Amino acid sequence: MKPPSFEYVAPTSLQEASQVLADAKGDAKILAGGQSLVPMLNFRLLKPQILVDINHIPDLDFIREHEGRISVGALTRHYVLETSPIIINRFPIIAEAMHHVAHLAIRNRGTIGGSLSHADPAAELPLMAILLNARLNTESFSGRRTIEAKDFFVSALTNALEDDEIVREIEFPYLPRSTGWGFEEFAQRRGDFAVAAAAVTVTVSNGRCTEGRIAVIGGETVIRAPDAEALLQGSTLDDNTLAATARSTAQSTQFNSDLRATSEFRSHLVKSLTLRALEAAKTRALGKRS
Amino acid sequence: MSPNKTIHLTVNGVHYERTVEPRLLLVDFLRDVLDLTGTHIGCEHGVCGACTVLVDGRSMRSCLLFAIQLEGSMIETVESLGTVDKLHPLQESFREYHALQCGFCTPGMLMTGIDLLRTKTLATDEEIRDGLSGNLCRCTGYEHIVAAIRATAKSRKEIT
Repeated sequence: MKPPSFEYVAPTSLQEASQVLADAKGDAKILAGGQSLVPMLNFRLLKPQILVDINHIPDLDFIREHEGRISVGALTRHYVLETSPIIINRFPIIAEAMHHVAHLAIRNRGTIGGSLSHADPAAELPLMAILLNARLNTESFSGRRTIEAKDFFVSALTNALEDDEIVREIEFPYLPRSTGWGFEEFAQRRGDFAVAAAAVTVTVSNGRCTEGRIAVIGGETVIRAPDAEALLQGSTLDDNTLAATARSTAQSTQFNSDLRATSEFRSHLVKSLTLRALEAAKTRALGKRS
Repeated sequence: MSPNKTIHLTVNGVHYERTVEPRLLLVDFLRDVLDLTGTHIGCEHGVCGACTVLVDGRSMRSCLLFAIQLEGSMIETVESLGTVDKLHPLQESFREYHALQCGFCTPGMLMTGIDLLRTKTLATDEEIRDGLSGNLCRCTGYEHIVAAIRATAKSRKEIT
């Protein structure tokens, strides 16, 4: 098992990288951490003519606080996000989710931009992007644009990027005050891809839920569950509401059937995980009411 | 075919200059070009952890890196730890706790263990198990591997 031959280029700017991608007309791949790409090369599932190694492009490895949001550079490694004091302080749900991203050696090399672009339907970062209404800022030879996370993940392993477009950074808008969160995942081993996962936030004001968000892993791509979210709106987050919301989430999409789990089992998992995540979120939201 | 490129890197404190084909994986570079066969090739697609080495101080899969990417890098392999006559404390602990049977996974277990000992508190066995979750042992001697790392973690202030 050895990768096929390819031409290796290591540009030092996004413009240069985008130019190579444009010239290759779809026959080039970006090499960031390589933790998904290189296995596919080793299996010869992919035979790109050119690999564009973006690890030498400066100023893509950062976590920054801004007014109302944080931004994370595309070349930030998973372990940096996992252990960042800014993330732990501002987005503890991301820090929690990052514990579930693969294993130590993979978190040491894999990148945020790579995981997002790979758009694996069982990966935690796309789940966080969808839940937190993130924006992906991209660059291509023809210019820069911003893609909302909900428009970025098209289907399994398919994103909304053009051939010559590269993710530059991802922005997470701050959650409202008095927001609690919950994250629950079921995998066969710690660090394996999720069989199913649920991530939720609930925002409360005067004892009532003003906004609830639910995102789940288990279907063709990461999704939000708008019908279930609507049940939370205006409620006191009582037990009946949480149970009904979990049931609704479990019916929000056709879940995948594969060797690890049937669609019915995934639906059952999503119901249980969503309920646990909602209960945790409720406790956190009420505990820090201000 | 793609043009070869000359790279310069440090492996176990020794500086090397070699010309490589772009598709040459780091693990094959170590084993076939430098004759450092201590690093083992297992699954070759980033699942088993046998080929784990340290790149600039962090554990990584050498089957998922190309040598050509590592210009200027500092690599540490299992050969950097100890010798048969003078084992590294972690290797000594592996021997004491019977943390290997066939030994195939051992280079990856040791290098992952070194990363854990350098970067984690390892206050609980759960933290050790979580850290080792990316390394497979077909002999399934995990209990002994955890015990060996736990013992080294307890005495690491003396060894650094």
